[in-house]
Amino acid sequence: MTTVTEKHADAHEHGMSDAGYIKIAIILAAITGLEVSTYYVNFGPLFMPALLTMMVVKFVMVVSYFMHLKFDSKIFSFLFYVGLGLAIFVYCMALATFKFFIA
Amino acid sequence: MADIATHDTDHATDHGHHSSTGLSNNKLAMWLFLGSECLLFGGLISTYMLYRGRVQNGPHSSQIYDIPFTSVSSFVLLMSSLTMVLAVSSAQRKDDAKTNLWLVITALLGATFIGGQVYEFTTFYREGLGFTTSLFGSSFYALTGFHGVHVSVGVIMLLSLMGIIKKGKITGDKAEVVELIGLYWHFVDIVWIIIFTLVYLIPS
Repeated sequence: MTTVTEKHADAHEHGMSDAGYIKIAIILAAITGLEVSTYYVNFGPLFMPALLTMMVVKFVMVVSYFMHLKFDSKIFSFLFYVGLGLAIFVYCMALATFKFFIA
Repeated sequence: MADIATHDTDHATDHGHHSSTGLSNNKLAMWLFLGSECLLFGGLISTYMLYRGRVQNGPHSSQIYDIPFTSVSSFVLLMSSLTMVLAVSSAQRKDDAKTNLWLVITALLGATFIGGQVYEFTTFYREGLGFTTSLFGSSFYALTGFHGVHVSVGVIMLLSLMGIIKKGKITGDKAEVVELIGLYWHFVDIVWIIIFTLVYLIPS
């Protein structure tokens, strides 16, 4: 009986503590600050890779922690990332058709 | 044994319908919906990327974008994700008062973001960028406008949820309902994370 009760409690506790969420938000705010700084500071050849990396890090952090994908069933991750992957693939192909990636 | 059977019945009542995987059908549907939304926004973003430099009439992006203003808007939307996850956390603890408080704050932050977008669109229009001025203008307004509509729908959902919670009309698992709307809200936020970088920070 205890096991069933514990499982029930666990179902409600997927995620982090409120303090954990606040820490994640502070990190996200700091990364946003860094992103904005690229508008004022010349990062040279690092400009584009740095911006794209920060964008991906923010995206993954929100999806993993705020949307609980890190703690939830892998089926949810599969559904979302398959949609995302399909979108990236299809539209990269479409952009390539229009020679978008050729400088 | 009887205890376990009773518990299972309670559990089913609490969490609504579950699929054969043991997962909530509602959550599965929401994640599937969000996966399909990636395709919608992917189309709009790639169209913008293709047309952002196509300006025959009207101003270029570099002439009208107000990065400090948009940065503040982005920060507001990012913080609304924090308040939303705190609302979900409160709902899981069955703390209705705090859930409502965080939902109100989230809705206010969302409304602030929308207000900022209305101001931005008005300013751009006055500076000569209409929807049909150039391909850049059309793709910009289509992309950011669609996102704005999603945020507005999110605000309406948050306000409706508060009303439903106050009237006690949620018969199933309240925390799951809050979580589902939270998933939609966070999705709107991650789309903006991409738009902010690709549209505003990377010059055409």
